[in-house]
Amino acid sequence: MSDWVEACAAGDIDEEDVMRFDHAGRTYAIYRSPEDEYFATDGLCSHEKVHLADGLVMDDIIECPKHNGRFNYKTGDARGAPVCVNLKTYPVKVDAGKVLIQVG
Amino acid sequence: MVIIGAGECGGRAALTLRDLGFDGPVTLVGDEPHLPYERPPLSKEAMTSEAPLIKAIASDELLGERSIRHIHSVRAVAIDRAAHLVRLSDGSSLAYDKLLLATGSVPRKLPMPGLGGRCVYLRTFNDALAIRAHLKPENRVAIIGGGFIGLELAASARKLGATVAVLEAQPRILMRGVPAEIAEVIHKAHEAEGAKVLTGQGITAIADDGTRVRITLADGQEIVADFAVIGIGAVPVTALAAEAGLAIDNGIAVDGNLRSADPDVFAAGDCCSFPLAVYGGRRVRLEAWRNAQEQGALAAKNMLGANEAHAAVPWFWSDQYGLTLQIAGLSDEGRSTVRRDLDDGAFILFHLAEDGRLVAASGIGPGNAVARDIRLAEMLIAKRAMPAPEALGSQSVKLKSLLAA
Repeated sequence: MSDWVEACAAGDIDEEDVMRFDHAGRTYAIYRSPEDEYFATDGLCSHEKVHLADGLVMDDIIECPKHNGRFNYKTGDARGAPVCVNLKTYPVKVDAGKVLIQVG
Repeated sequence: MVIIGAGECGGRAALTLRDLGFDGPVTLVGDEPHLPYERPPLSKEAMTSEAPLIKAIASDELLGERSIRHIHSVRAVAIDRAAHLVRLSDGSSLAYDKLLLATGSVPRKLPMPGLGGRCVYLRTFNDALAIRAHLKPENRVAIIGGGFIGLELAASARKLGATVAVLEAQPRILMRGVPAEIAEVIHKAHEAEGAKVLTGQGITAIADDGTRVRITLADGQEIVADFAVIGIGAVPVTALAAEAGLAIDNGIAVDGNLRSADPDVFAAGDCCSFPLAVYGGRRVRLEAWRNAQEQGALAAKNMLGANEAHAAVPWFWSDQYGLTLQIAGLSDEGRSTVRRDLDDGAFILFHLAEDGRLVAASGIGPGNAVARDIRLAEMLIAKRAMPAPEALGSQSVKLKSLLAA
């Protein structure tokens, strides 16, 4: 049922940055926090289905590149207009230099 | 709390009053029959999507849940400031403690004879529906005015296969607020997509006979179209405020807290002019979605006594074909520019003031290629940063690193 999938190498994402990851017809966003931890959410903004990986990561916030909707990427919480629907988050682990996310 | 105008600004203000815990009555008055909705899609998705869906800011359920009374299809006709009353077009009145005017703007009318039913404007969802009905491959559309609304509509019309001519009296499109280098990219994109773009020529005559529109240009050329959309700017809706004795200065004049000279009356969004803190209090009026949203929220805060000044940097965007333009700040504040090239032909122009301060950044590129850097530029502008021009110009220097400096 829930599979761990290799998304990228740990070094592929800079600290305080985000990367897009597509798998099995779905798109995800993988984050590396300023504290060097990894997180994953749905890849599209809940406002207008824009790829969040083109957005800006500041601390624990990802900002949508289109209309600046903000989410806490660690919890998926929407942080004010224009977004009001939270992002789904996915478990992430780093194993032997690889970032794995648990999809499904 | 009474809010006149149920658009982006008024809608956000009403929701923010509740977000901040206000539990008294909130009434939102709008002259359109719809729920508060987002206007940016009107020139884009509302034209090209399979069904023209309205993008509501709040559903009926949400308004009900948050006890926001929405009075639609009704205009405010007078404000009695002494009695703290607003009179509505249906004959009723609303009492207020604090009043927010979020009356927005309306399309500037083309002051010419000869306009008929085939010469239309775009402001509301109903306007969009009327235009959409004409956007078919067999139709020719003339767009009068090479501003954002006109160009976005032109792109939508091309997507739907219509024949398009954009007519701009100024020497180039997007004269107001967009640097020439970026306007040129957009101009070329329109031509590559098959739209005709004619600049530098005024219109000398229009004849709308009910079946088609004949437009004569200064050089004698005649453009024949099945219908014409006029997009030559917008004017703030200020009559209600003016009749109530409030000061008007290119919009309802408010202070940095969005308050008028009457401490119980606020104005926000397209309808107001206000001092822009980031440029030393230069009085501006902005016609932009994000400004409407931010000012609606700030006005709500200040209606509840926060006394907080508007501190945001202006920001707007436009989507045409696969291109997105984003601008942070007002580029006319700049005296010199530095260009930064990004991947896929995208680029950003950084506008610097005489003293080297970053005052604006304009970017264009496919998809969201410039979004992140424009957002960082916006933060640098807000910080009144003076980044080294060489660093701004070099793609290998991360803008984020300049923010920390």
